[in-house]
Amino acid sequence: MQWDIVIGLEIHAQLATKTKIFSGSSTAFGAEPNTQASAVDLAMPGTLPVPNEQAFRYAVMFGLAVNAEIGRRSVFDRKNYFYPDSPKGYQTTQLDHPIVGSGFVDVDLAGGRNKRVRIHHAHLEEDAGKSLHESLFDERGQGMTGIDLNRAGTPLIEIVTEPDMNSAEEAVAFAKKLHSLVSSLGICDGDMSQGSLRFDVNISLKPKGSDTLGTRTETKNLNSFRFMEQAIAHEVARQMDILEDGGRIIQETRLYNGDRDESRSMRSKEEANDYRYFPCPDLLPVVIDDAFIESARVLLPELPDARKARFKEQYNLNDYDASLLSDDARLSAFFEDTVSHCKDAKLAANWVLGEFSARLNADNETVARAPISGVQLGQLVARIADNTVSSSGAKKVFEALWNGDGGSEGNAADAIIEAQGLKQVSDTGALETIVDEVLAGMPEQIAQFQEADEKKRKKLMGGFMGPLMKASKGQGNPRLFTEILQRKLNA
Amino acid sequence: MHKKSVAELSRELESGKISSVELTREFLDRIKAEDGQYNSFITVTEDLAMADAKAADEQRAAGNASVWTGVPFAHKDIFCTNGVATTAGSKMLANFVPPYDATVVANFRAAGAVCLGKTNMDEFAMGSSTESSFFGPVTNPWGFNKGEKRVPGGSSGGSAAAIAARLVPAATATDTGGSIRQPAALCGVTGLKPTYGRVSRYGMIAFASSLDQGGTMARTAEDNALMLNVMAGFDPKDSTSANRTVPDYTATLNQPLKGLRVGLPKEYFSDQLNPAMEQQVRNAVKEYEKLGATVKEVSLPHAELAIAAYYVIAPAEASANLSRFDGVRYGYRCDKPQDLNDLYTRTRAEGFGNEVKRRILVGTYALSAGYFDAYYLKAQKVRRLIQQDFINAFREVDVLMSPVSPSPAFVQGEKTSDPVTMYLEDIFTIAVNLAGVPAMSVPAGFVDGLPVGLQIIGNYFEEARLLNAAHQFQQVTGWHQKFPQ
Repeated sequence: MQWDIVIGLEIHAQLATKTKIFSGSSTAFGAEPNTQASAVDLAMPGTLPVPNEQAFRYAVMFGLAVNAEIGRRSVFDRKNYFYPDSPKGYQTTQLDHPIVGSGFVDVDLAGGRNKRVRIHHAHLEEDAGKSLHESLFDERGQGMTGIDLNRAGTPLIEIVTEPDMNSAEEAVAFAKKLHSLVSSLGICDGDMSQGSLRFDVNISLKPKGSDTLGTRTETKNLNSFRFMEQAIAHEVARQMDILEDGGRIIQETRLYNGDRDESRSMRSKEEANDYRYFPCPDLLPVVIDDAFIESARVLLPELPDARKARFKEQYNLNDYDASLLSDDARLSAFFEDTVSHCKDAKLAANWVLGEFSARLNADNETVARAPISGVQLGQLVARIADNTVSSSGAKKVFEALWNGDGGSEGNAADAIIEAQGLKQVSDTGALETIVDEVLAGMPEQIAQFQEADEKKRKKLMGGFMGPLMKASKGQGNPRLFTEILQRKLNA
Repeated sequence: MHKKSVAELSRELESGKISSVELTREFLDRIKAEDGQYNSFITVTEDLAMADAKAADEQRAAGNASVWTGVPFAHKDIFCTNGVATTAGSKMLANFVPPYDATVVANFRAAGAVCLGKTNMDEFAMGSSTESSFFGPVTNPWGFNKGEKRVPGGSSGGSAAAIAARLVPAATATDTGGSIRQPAALCGVTGLKPTYGRVSRYGMIAFASSLDQGGTMARTAEDNALMLNVMAGFDPKDSTSANRTVPDYTATLNQPLKGLRVGLPKEYFSDQLNPAMEQQVRNAVKEYEKLGATVKEVSLPHAELAIAAYYVIAPAEASANLSRFDGVRYGYRCDKPQDLNDLYTRTRAEGFGNEVKRRILVGTYALSAGYFDAYYLKAQKVRRLIQQDFINAFREVDVLMSPVSPSPAFVQGEKTSDPVTMYLEDIFTIAVNLAGVPAMSVPAGFVDGLPVGLQIIGNYFEEARLLNAAHQFQQVTGWHQKFPQ
């Protein structure tokens, strides 16, 4: 049987506020356990939540960026459940009156296709703490669970999509687009390894063309795009096996283990909590007025879609390059630094997407942590464009720049070219002398060349280039050598 | 000195007739001598009080004293006090020492008042008799000399009894459904529940967040005004507190009452009211007529729905508010938990008393899937109707007057076996909390030697008008000066 895959995502994005959503504690990652947990975060008796205005502004920025309606009356609810990392015994979240209403995101797919994914809504809520199970033992050596409440109360925006995606490719493309969006907005640091952005995937299958949705499962807490892709493939295959065998899908929450490519049930719908939501009486409804929305709108940076269009227009880039360079705000900025110092956008794009990106991948580095700046790469590309270095020489310069050999002052590329003697000889007089000397030692090859037809001559040209480059110690400008050769041989 | 009011003690301190150290010593000695029979205090902070008194005397000598500098008082044990046990009358918090002050506590500290300790209360403020405290019941000083053990009302029964017995001149209290007014009435003292949001709830252990309000208790209306001057105001730590200016509540105490429009809600003079009590209340209203007030009957048509709505909303909020008491971070923890579920269930089964458990169960039920609309949402609709009743009534009159409780102080144990009878104790006070308006309880006579309270209800943020009305009444009556011999 043929099946349609139906995927919806729920995304938890930690907002990059300095303090928590309802207390003044810091949200910085990596502090000693419970050093960033105040009386409010510990849910000490009598303490009360005070909303963080910046979290609301960030949420509104997100809403504006996904073309959504902004909830003018934002209400917080209590979601009741007992768990040690939930100190109040309820999570403060939004149920019926979220801050961001329905909107959409357009996603580019391979081969020039694209997809619109609708946002159902996005709401503000507080993150939970963490349970620590490692290295904690009581006096009898029995394992204990520790609770770290540093994360408790970190503001989250939970983004819920409509079930608009139909393949792992679409889901991952959307997830990457969303990652790029919240990073560009500066409302989330986007660091998935630290849990700043976490994806839950809802998946169901239905017979091809059917209008009725199948029973869905939710796979929780996927923290890399690769795991997401694998988890979707895994879950689709699992559901397909069951359905093809005539079985029934159970509505449940599943956990995916990316290292083993396996999943297990966490809880079924029957075991699900009755969360007994009700409006939080400690927080009055927050009214979002026009002035507040404007205060968020003026903070909106250029978003990836707009940037892509500008790159195509301003730098004359093709759609593919423009798309790759505009997705990530940091890479975009790097590229623009490069261009501004070399004035050759196509060559800059090739180097940023080629040598530079390959090197980032190989070293598992990020743009922010890269040892070379866009300015430095631009200075190097400028020297390729003006024929000071050959492209093979430029690769050596890049390597040296990456290793920090150029120093941090002035023009590092020029310093390396100078120090390593990589400057191309473009003095035509000097090059002519070399050509004359080399040709003098190759009479047979000259005769062969002159007897050959046009097609064969092209091939034979290469036979002269090797000795020429050797004679110039690799510093002759290949383009100029070719020009001089052609002139002399055709004479 | 112990029979003097806060205002009088403040003048004595200012004149130098007595020092705060002497005064504090006198009250501490009285507590030591007498409180064994009333049990109105859970914690007495003798050393801290004496140190504060000494500091207050130095401050007064230095010439920068406030009205409150060096005046002894007490906090209901629901207000968190930095470094001093704060129990809410529960085994759950018997060992809990907060590392912070409630805003109310910080305000009194800043004013230089000397806190003598923490007063007893119904567990988590759930009760009308102060019999549900883990630290034992409080006995009303009234009737005690006749060998009777009567309740002081609740939940702020410790504060009311301590003031009635002259163990402190004033004490803080809280009111969720009548917990200031009813014990004030049953103990013959004066109490004020301010408008919801007038006093910060930060550091006040929550029972039902949308109804809880900290307030004042003392012998005289003037002392209540002095307390409210310290307590009222916007608090950035409580986003439900009201951001509006605070008047000097003592400035308008002496305004004449001529032309004051008094409304008597007919629903509050029902056959549930003890006829002798009704007579006392009507006599008090006559005093107001003599003072120049006009009196008319008004209606609060949804009054009879108040108890039912309250006993959905308050337990619903409480069921969530009390979830934090789980044995994980502070407070009571069961012995040797086997696993997480065991930790939760035994900690809460052993740490909470019956009335608290009853309300958590009721509230959990009311919020459950399938019942939420029928109970919680319906109760919220009723609440809006009740608010509208008061808004309508205050278009016609300036204040409402009624009894506080249907009968005077009852004997301990009389109502503990029947929760619903106990809930009816608050039949005249609960609607005020649902509406959020301010109300006072003022001593207005005696029935069978037991005090009767007059309830005066005002429009939103009109505490000054209530205090003015109560103060003028106290200029022509002596009920608030009676002492249980």
